Formats: sequence, C-alpha cells, structure tokens
Amino acid sequence: MVGALLGRQRPPTALLVAGVIVGLGAVLPAAYLFVVVGGDLGAALDEALTTDTALVVLRSLGLTAAVCLTAIAIALPLAWLTSRTDLPGRRIWATLAALPLVIPSYVGAYLIVAALGPSGMLQDALGVERLPSIYGFPGAWLALSLFTFPLVLLPVRATLQRLDPQLEEAARSMGRTPAETFRTVILPQLGPALAAGSLLVALYVMSDFGAVSIMRFESFTTEIYVQYRSSFDRTGAASLAAVLVLLMLVLLWLNGRVRRRQALYRSTPGTARPARPYALGPWRWPALAFCAAVVLVALVLPVGVLIYWASKGISAGAMSSELAGALAFNSLMTGAFAALAGGIAALIVAVLAARYSSPLSRWVERAGHAGYALPGVVVALGLVYFATRAAPGIYQTVGLLVFALTVHYLPLAIGPIATALGQVSPRVEEAARNLGRSQLTVFRTITAPLVRGGVFAGAALVFLHAIKELPATLILAPTGFETLATEIWEQTTFGFYEASAIPALVLVAIAAPPLYLLSERGTVTA
Amino acid sequence: MSAAVGEALAVRGLRKSFGTVEAVAGADFDVPAGTICALLGPSGCGKTTTLRLIAGLERADAGTIALGERELNGPGTFVPPERRRIGMVFQDYALFPHMDVAGNVGYGLGRNPDPDRVRKTLALVGLEAEAHRPVHELSGGQQQRVALARALAPTPDLILLDEPFSNLDASMRERLREEVRAILADSGVTALFVTHDQEEALSIADRVAVMRDGRIEQVGTPEEIYSRPATRWMAEFIGEIEVLPGEARGGRAHCVLGTLPADSGVEGPVDVLVRPESVAIGLHGPQGSPTATVVSRKFYGHDQLVELELSTGERLRSRRLGFPQWHPGDRVQVWIEGPADVLARDAG
Repeated sequence: MVGALLGRQRPPTALLVAGVIVGLGAVLPAAYLFVVVGGDLGAALDEALTTDTALVVLRSLGLTAAVCLTAIAIALPLAWLTSRTDLPGRRIWATLAALPLVIPSYVGAYLIVAALGPSGMLQDALGVERLPSIYGFPGAWLALSLFTFPLVLLPVRATLQRLDPQLEEAARSMGRTPAETFRTVILPQLGPALAAGSLLVALYVMSDFGAVSIMRFESFTTEIYVQYRSSFDRTGAASLAAVLVLLMLVLLWLNGRVRRRQALYRSTPGTARPARPYALGPWRWPALAFCAAVVLVALVLPVGVLIYWASKGISAGAMSSELAGALAFNSLMTGAFAALAGGIAALIVAVLAARYSSPLSRWVERAGHAGYALPGVVVALGLVYFATRAAPGIYQTVGLLVFALTVHYLPLAIGPIATALGQVSPRVEEAARNLGRSQLTVFRTITAPLVRGGVFAGAALVFLHAIKELPATLILAPTGFETLATEIWEQTTFGFYEASAIPALVLVAIAAPPLYLLSERGTVTA
Repeated sequence: MSAAVGEALAVRGLRKSFGTVEAVAGADFDVPAGTICALLGPSGCGKTTTLRLIAGLERADAGTIALGERELNGPGTFVPPERRRIGMVFQDYALFPHMDVAGNVGYGLGRNPDPDRVRKTLALVGLEAEAHRPVHELSGGQQQRVALARALAPTPDLILLDEPFSNLDASMRERLREEVRAILADSGVTALFVTHDQEEALSIADRVAVMRDGRIEQVGTPEEIYSRPATRWMAEFIGEIEVLPGEARGGRAHCVLGTLPADSGVEGPVDVLVRPESVAIGLHGPQGSPTATVVSRKFYGHDQLVELELSTGERLRSRRLGFPQWHPGDRVQVWIEGPADVLARDAG
C-alpha cells in the first residue's frame, strides 16, 4: 500500500516529508475555505444561493466576456499585421504591443481614472465641471482590455509564425482570394491559440481585484472583499469565494482541454520555408494607424499620465522620500521572503515530480499548482480563517502575508525549475551515483549547479509578482504595514492622484523591465 | 592501471517487472574476471534493465548478483550504486555538462582528485590535450572516450557499457570499437556491454550472452554462438539462415542437400540449419548433389547472393564471392560446404 503510493524510485524520506508539507501548505487556504463553508453548509448555501450572488456571477461573467472579445478584436489584427504582412516596423510594433502586460491592473486603472476621472487630466484640460463617469463597467472593461490583450496577442502571433505557408499557397492555387483563404484556412488553425489566449484573459479578469475595485465595479473579488470587511460573520465571503473557486476550476479545466487539442494543430516540423509576407499596398497607412493607436492608448498614454502626475507629486511634495523608501522596503522585503520560500518549495516539488514519479509525488505537484485556481483575495481569506481559528499567534504577522504570497505564486516558480530539471538527463545523476557519490552529494555537485538558472528564474518571477500583489496584501498585512501596492490603491481610492503616482512609478520602474525580460521565456499571469 | 584486474560477475535467477511487464524473467549468466562479454538481444528483450540492475540503478524483484566474493543483490541485500565499485558508460554518455573533461574524469576520485591520476587516465584514452575543454565542444567519439575514462578512473571491479557505439556514425564506430576493446583489455577490467548489433558483439567480445524475452538464450564464444546456435530462434537471430527439413537416424541426418552428421540423441524429424555462405554452387558438384536453377542474383561487390530453386521446388540462398557471375536461368549443382547444424524439429 505504502509502496504503491511511493512508486518505483523511492525518494529520500526528508525530501518526501518536505514535499508533503509544501503540498499541504499550498492547499491550506482552499481547504480551510471549504472547511468553513462545509462547517455550516445550510447557512453557506443560503448565502450563496441568492439573487445577489446571481447578479455578481452575471456581472463578472459579463465583464469577462466583454474583455475577452475586446482583447481578441485588438490582438487578432495586430498579430496578423505584425507576423504575415510587410507592415513597416512590424517587429517593433509587436514588442511595444506586448509591453502593457507588465503594468499591474490597479496601476492601469489608476492611470485611467487619473486621466479621465473626476478632477483628472482631461477634465482639467477641458475646463469643464463634469465628464461622463468612467466608474463602473466602462472603466473596468477599458482597464482590463487594454492591459490583458497581449495575453491573446502572444499565442496567436506565435501560431501565425508557425503555420505552414504551403497550406495558404495550396488554397490560393485552388482559386481562393486572400480574404477567403484567411477565413477558411488560417482562421480555423488559429482557433486553439485564440481559445487559449482568451481563457488566460478570463482567468485574469475573474481573479482581478485591483482594477475592478478602483473602478468601483461590483465583481466577485470586490464583493468578497466588501463582505469580509463589513461583517463579523464571514460565511458570506466564504460562500462567494467558494463559488469563485469553482468557476476558476471550470476555466482551468477548459484551458487544459484547449492546450491538449492545440498539440494536434501543430504544423509539420522540418524546414518549412518562411511565408512570403502579404503586401499591404496602400492599406499599410490604416494598418500603421491602427498599431499606433493601440500602442498610444495602451502604453504611451499611461506612461505619460504616470510621469505627469509623478512630476506634479514630486514638485508638490505629495510624498516624502522617507515614506516612499519605507513602502519600497516593505514591498521588496515581503517579495524577497516569498521568493526565497517559493524557490525552495518549488525546487522540492519539481524534484519530486521529475525524479520520483509516484501517486504521492503527483499529488504534491498538483497541490503545488493550487495557487493558479485561487485569486489573491481567496488565498488571503482562507488564511484569515485558518489563522483566526487554528493559529491566532500568526494572524496579523508579515509571516502569514509571506506565506500567502508564496502559495499564490508557487506555480510560477515550479515552471522554470521543472523545465531546467527536464533538461538534465537522469542518466547524468546515475553516472555520478555509479562513481561512488551519495544521493545528497550528487544533488549538491551535479543537479543543483545544473538547475541553478531555473531556480533563480522561478524565484525572480515570484519576487516580481509578489511585490506588486494587492488584495492578499490588503487583507493580510499587519495594521500599519503598507506596501507600494496598498499605498497606490488607497491613495487612488481617496482621489489623491499625485500621491499615488510616486509609488506607482517606483513599482513600475522596479518590476516592469525584469518582468518583461522573464516573460519572454515563460508565461505571464496576473 | 594495468595491474588492476576485475572481478568475476555472477548473475542468478534475476527478475524485474515493471507493472505487468516482466522485463527480466530469470536471467542466469557469468562474466569471467578480466574478460569482455556482450549482452546481445533484440530491442525490448531486457538487456538494458539487466545492466541497470547490476549497476544498482534499479532494485531486482528476485535473484542474486555477485561480484567476486561480494554479494551486491540478494534476499535482504541491496548495495547502493555508489558502493558497488561498478563503472558505467551510458548510451548518451551522460557527461556532466557543467564540468570540463578533467572535472568529469576526476569526479569519481573523491573531493580532491589526484591530478596525476586524472592525467594518466586521460592518456589511456588519448585525450590528455583536451583536459580543460568543456565537454560540449568535443566530437561524439571524444565524448565517448571521456565517458569511458570517467568510468575507468576509480579502477572499478566491473565496467558496464550501454549500447556504447550506437550514437556514432558508421566509420567512427568501426574505429572506436577497436580502440575501446584495446583500452579495456589493457586495463584488465571485467567488462559487460549491451548491444543489439550482432556484428559489434561478435567482433569485440570474448563471450556473448544472447538475451530473449528477459532470459538468456545462449552463452558462448562468438564462434560457438554463430556456428553452433542452440535453438532455431538463435540461428535466425544471428546472421542469415536456411532451414531445410530432414530426418535423423542413427547419428546421420538426411536432407535435400545430402547427408550430415547429427548428435547421437537426435532421432526423427529434424531441421537442418545452414548459413547461405555454407551453401556452395557450381557447374559440377560432388557426386549426387541435387541440381537447381538460379532464380535471381543480388550483387554486393565483394560478394553476391544467389537465390536458387531446387528441382523439388524448394528455394534457398547461397552467398558466394563476387565472381564467377551467376545469371537467372543458369543450371547448377548445390551442396553444403562448411558448418551446418541439426536440431530436433520441436526445438525453439
């Protein structure tokens, strides 16, 4: 029985114990959430099965659908123009268009409010009393669409570059026009990439807290937060969170199915000639205008707005450099601890999964990915329940916050480490064993040096995402412990755009460039 | 290094299953000390698993493995790989990519390897000049020799080689085979290598163990394996074979190509196994040889393969030197010239 659980290659006991601890830690927030819901199932069902919940579900799904469609509408033409046509500067357009992804959603939302909201830049410039309100659905839709469309752009563009041009040539030789060829040959092959990209957008939108809360849009995450803050009975927040987790699981399940199907569409390997770029002719002017407009709205304007308010804030002394420094220190410190813990935990999970395949190690691997299905707000809520009921000593400590960030971003670290381990043949480790070295020595002298790059990349991803995390930090940070993210959010909620700009600029300057470089190699998630 | 002499390996009743598949199903064989033995078999016959069981990289379900006086594997005994004193050369070499050549070779010599020992081992494989090059810069043949030097450096009692030449191109393979054979013979180590290439097994091994479906089918010198196959499967696995039906009586076997000596125990229906190079043809054969017609001929330069149809309608092949030329339609006489094997009909 135990033998069957442990598989063919029995792992060292210490590694196994560490792996089980990591797995249990990763599922703790979700498990505790369901314990709370299950503990009073009647009340929880009453809370969950209300018209209010139904409205929240509808609003969240509506926003998700609208953002997905907008992201496709922006990304599909952009992907085609920058990969299959003679558009001038197409590589640069593609790079610039992918950049908005590294702007945190609440910073993006803040910049839109600071530009278009009450007493924002536009109102100042026009000198009018009132503008149509940006808050609610329009603001949330605009912010999330502008900063998530690269999630569709990247896979679709990659697929377009990989498509076998001979298929198009065959269609053209059978008398189809370019437009018909696109519709009947290219578009069907893009299906999986479009679906995969939109599902990433959907996961992002469903779990986003920053943009919707700043835009005062009542979605799942904001409702959970409001219910958590406003009542002592936390069953309401827990039941909503449980419903959200179930929706996330459905999206993840769909995502897995799409990915498997994607493999079937891959074009034949080998030496396919590069496709001849489609000559745009006079159409290149509207095409250029389209690309320029996207980059202007999603990148240049936000950065311009940020610099405008930051310079105003600095000259007005809206935030002392001591305070900015303290905020940055808090963000960097929690991020660094989460990166350290995440790097070690991910290494344990990846080694178990890659080298000691067994039912138990597969469970540890799956558990390690729990953070994918759990929005930050849910992780934090689960840990609040756990700490207040089972471990009051850790409630309101930085340690609990670091734990939440580690669990939430652990999957990001497992990816690069697993890739690095996959490139090390187990034969190399066996060769070292045969040369008279113990398992531990082999890990220290062979495996560790070979996967070091992957561990650093994984830890760096955790760090960069952790320093900009908002909802879990809002909920779990000890009273008086502010970070760059919480400060931006709070100042924006109060309408102090100058004070938000300085931490936002610091955060973007620290996190965005390395995040962009790292996401070239891996995936980007909220 | 040549002073070191390897230990004899003895494998008894070795078994290993993966799920419901029995990869090694009771294998028995010996490798005498200081010899080179080939474990030959078709792919999937369990030979690599056998090697990994001997190295201690897998745990056997049953059976014993002994190296000299030491029991490595047996009921209640499992010596971990790092304490077996067995070197292994992996199919894809498994060199440590973050170390240079000397680092790889010195790895098995403890934390502070003696540089002199590393240099001598590298000299043995002719790579002294490459000591400080990163391994990925080396050619396939050089990587192979680094892998061999790395395995030999700690003077193991036994060295295992898993398909050692399969990643090399044909001309390189030929040359390296000879080199590796010489290096192994010089060092006096006992060696066991796995291969699916019979030419490789027959040309460099002192002894060959042929494996089939997890069991050892036959062990012997290359000459015995080729000329005296124990079963019909063995005969068909190694080289080309013609099987002629016959009848044995009183130590003589009769078939369409004449009468041959047979083992005294064999009586009744038999298969006469004869390799095409032992099937001779000519315009005038020995008295009483049957006649045949040349049906087709394939010319290979050094030799030619002639397909014949006997007057009784049976077909068989004859491998001859390139000349004289034979042509379809030629009438010839056929006889056996060289070894032939007589097996009772039901064997293998």
